[in-house]
Amino acid sequence: MNQTDLFLRFKNLSPNIDDYLNENGYSGLRTALTLTSAQIIEKIEKARLLGRGGAGFPTAIKWKASTGKTPSYIVCNADEGEPGTFKDRFIMTHSPHMMIEGMVIAAYAVKATKGYIYIRGEYPEIASNLENSLLEAEQRGYLGKNITKDFSFSIEIIKGGGSYVVGDETALLNSLMGNRGIPWNKPPFPAEKGLWEQPTYINNVETLACVSLILQYGSDWFRSIGTPESPGPKLYCISGKVQSPGVYEAPMGSTVRDLISLAGGVIGTLKAIQIGGTAGPIYPSEALDFHLDFKSMSSKGGILGSGAIVVMNTDTSMAEVLEVEMRFFAEESCGKCFPCRYGTRQLSFMANNIVLGKGKRDFLELMEETADIMKGSSFCPFGKSVEMPVKSVLNNFSGELHALIRQNDYIREVQI
Amino acid sequence: MITLTIDKTTIQVAKGTSVLDAAKQAGVDIPTLCRHEDLTPLGTCGMCMVDIDGFKDLQRACITEAVEGMQVQTNTPQLRKLRRGLLELVLATHPDDCLQCIKHGSCELQKLADRFEIRTLRYDKYTRGLPLDRTAAGIVRDMNKCIGCGRCVSVCHEVQSVKAIDFMGRGSDTIISPGYGVSMGSSVCVNCGQCIVYCPTGALYEKEMIDEVWEALDDPKKVVVAQVAPAVRVALGEEFGMAPGSLVIGKIYSALRSLGIDYIFDTNFSADLTILEEGTELLERLSSGGTLPLITSCSPGWIKFGETYYPELLDHVSTCKSPQQMLGTIIKTYFAKTHTIDPENIVSLSIMPCTAKKFEAARPEMNDSGYQDVDYVLTTRELARMIRQAGLQFKSIQEENPDPVLSQYTGAATIFGASGGVMEAAIRSAYELKTQKTLGSLDFTDLRGIEGIKKASVDIEGTEVRVAVSNGLSNARKLLNIVAEAKERGEMPFHFIEIMACRGGCIGGGGQPLENTLAKRAQRIEGLYAEDKNLPIRKSHENAEVLGLYKEFLQKPGSEISHHLLHTHYTAR
Repeated sequence: MNQTDLFLRFKNLSPNIDDYLNENGYSGLRTALTLTSAQIIEKIEKARLLGRGGAGFPTAIKWKASTGKTPSYIVCNADEGEPGTFKDRFIMTHSPHMMIEGMVIAAYAVKATKGYIYIRGEYPEIASNLENSLLEAEQRGYLGKNITKDFSFSIEIIKGGGSYVVGDETALLNSLMGNRGIPWNKPPFPAEKGLWEQPTYINNVETLACVSLILQYGSDWFRSIGTPESPGPKLYCISGKVQSPGVYEAPMGSTVRDLISLAGGVIGTLKAIQIGGTAGPIYPSEALDFHLDFKSMSSKGGILGSGAIVVMNTDTSMAEVLEVEMRFFAEESCGKCFPCRYGTRQLSFMANNIVLGKGKRDFLELMEETADIMKGSSFCPFGKSVEMPVKSVLNNFSGELHALIRQNDYIREVQI
Repeated sequence: MITLTIDKTTIQVAKGTSVLDAAKQAGVDIPTLCRHEDLTPLGTCGMCMVDIDGFKDLQRACITEAVEGMQVQTNTPQLRKLRRGLLELVLATHPDDCLQCIKHGSCELQKLADRFEIRTLRYDKYTRGLPLDRTAAGIVRDMNKCIGCGRCVSVCHEVQSVKAIDFMGRGSDTIISPGYGVSMGSSVCVNCGQCIVYCPTGALYEKEMIDEVWEALDDPKKVVVAQVAPAVRVALGEEFGMAPGSLVIGKIYSALRSLGIDYIFDTNFSADLTILEEGTELLERLSSGGTLPLITSCSPGWIKFGETYYPELLDHVSTCKSPQQMLGTIIKTYFAKTHTIDPENIVSLSIMPCTAKKFEAARPEMNDSGYQDVDYVLTTRELARMIRQAGLQFKSIQEENPDPVLSQYTGAATIFGASGGVMEAAIRSAYELKTQKTLGSLDFTDLRGIEGIKKASVDIEGTEVRVAVSNGLSNARKLLNIVAEAKERGEMPFHFIEIMACRGGCIGGGGQPLENTLAKRAQRIEGLYAEDKNLPIRKSHENAEVLGLYKEFLQKPGSEISHHLLHTHYTAR
């Protein structure tokens, strides 16, 4: 078993169920069906599987909350909205059954009766191909009525409306139920009261694919890959100024340098790297030696997030990067809480004005303070996370921003 | 009980108390813009962040439950900076026209800005330039002043279940609006005005008619006639620093006279009249197998709600007009005739606790007198403004009497202003008129109070009459669903139902003094029952002026002329 192409091996195969079955597919489910719920959850716990959606929450702890209350639901979070992230798309395109198998195993473990794949609206083609995959799984008896004598489970596909915030699990559930896609205050946690007040378990596409792998090859095997605290394989998304942007697979804990070289190296001279998605910090080139796993990244004050790595070279203006990011946050804020609703708008205004040559000297201080307010009082992780990109740009590239503001001051004076 | 420490104070609070409420008990007023004691905590504004030992992040005091041993810091340098910063962010979006704003002085944003001494704004100032929505009959919306706290949405959905408004858009474009951005006037809004009384800023307010009323008063050709609703007399005093529930009806008559009103009558008179008409309708339906349960029709917010959401139950609703409309019709017919005034020259004005009354007065069918029966409706707050504009010292003003013939009232009429009051008044009269016996006790305490749904049964000559009372339209919805479901099974759970749109009844109306909390509503209710207890006559059918009106003009309850003038019909929407 080659440990660096657990996902990538499907790249040159068809997404059809036969190709998946030839690759040992659904053997995990067959194993699971011979086990009890507790035994399956124990396997996941022993494998130390951490959620691949971004937060790195232990999957087994989520599932352990199950009390067997029915109806209960499994939701696959396929609302892959994080800029620079396209790993779930890879799985759903090339090995959709890996995700479906994981979902059925999860359903069996938590005794869920119905599953939903909440897929982002911008993936319409994948959504319609998934329908076909679900049909295939049903025809082979891996899904639908009577998977075993007393286990039936069906999956429905729900398309999102294009909001970023619904990647947050409670906002996603609101959206799935037809409500406004805004987060709710936890508790209640979805595992207690989720969809229609019933227990609901939400896992990311890649997490569920890992569940299949664990049941196929065992917990010990899974832990032999990656680091002791963050085991397993990982899909990383490299984009920006590299020779071959794309999805790359490497064990958890690989360095940024490893990944960039997989992508063919930097075009030009490296300037900055953003890790973990838009909500992650933007580091100077020293980040090349960072280890890409949940624990190492959080020790650097950052996040592994979805595994997105955006590479910038010396042609990139950091003021423009900041402007694009702030505009993104302002457009995607759901508007529920004051700090995020108003803070993102003001941050975007200031960043935009710096780029337009209308930056004022106190903007940088005010941007930092605004980020602090948002970190301190935003309702959900979205608003809190704005602090990382803002402060990292202000700290790591302040000279560039100051120079831009000073230069504009000078130009203004000359014009007068 | 739970013991926790707020700053340096250790206190005990009941289990389930929020940190915000616990702090209040410890003497600390944590600032908030979205929390209201009557509503589900929303957690939108972020002003109430506190620092709790053991938590990595700051927590919202409004949605965090106090637990044993909790150590809470409410006034750290970080929190002070955060609150000021948040206020600056909000103020940057807010129009700076406090001096022209209707909520000047009662605006919660203004109070917090003052408390935290926001003297400069470092942020980009922007307002949205949205047009005023004046399309609803009773409510004006100025979304430029909306801070998006969501209290109006909360009360419209949870308390009223009308669901006329909701959040739309995202980020800083978030706006509260009727569905699909239609205007308020063409939405399902029932004009109850509960959004107004829970709005912390000047984004929502009543559609004022003060200028029109001054104009009528200044016109020598016009005879201005006023009526005052039951609930106004125990609330107007609040506008002048008096306690909620203080009975100020004598001062109101006096103030109205000073303002130049020519004739002052009382809606309580027509409340007694309503009881005779509606009581007769009930007894008729009971004896002739008519449609039951009969449902009261005094509350115009409820009427539009019923027309919108329960058109199939409209034949259950009493055909009686509300007391406001009954008196309006009588003024432009009987009063005009007896005083030989051309009804054309009468300006009929009513003082109401209610914004939906503005809608009711403007309904096209409300013209049985040949003219619009009621010309202008002023809320309690608007009357207070007129009194202030005229410079009247309301607190020390001498009490006076109203003008005779259309103003005498009984205790049964005054309790119309409280949830359960119409029902209690109806039972007092229906029982005595039907049995010809005198009631031992006039107090039906089961029907009183602020509880959402109340039930009772009364034995009238061997017939058990089951009654139910609801206040707050979400409770009406529950009750009506019970009725509709029972109807499908061929059952009838109640004979008579009273529905009031607002929590607590009219004393909690959308036109009442701010802040209009449930606690204050309870005090106003007490004020009405106290007046009832002290009045010499407490049964509508003993009101001599009402009986006189029948003798001279209306013949008898339910007569043809009564039906023509005092009854109406409804429209499915």
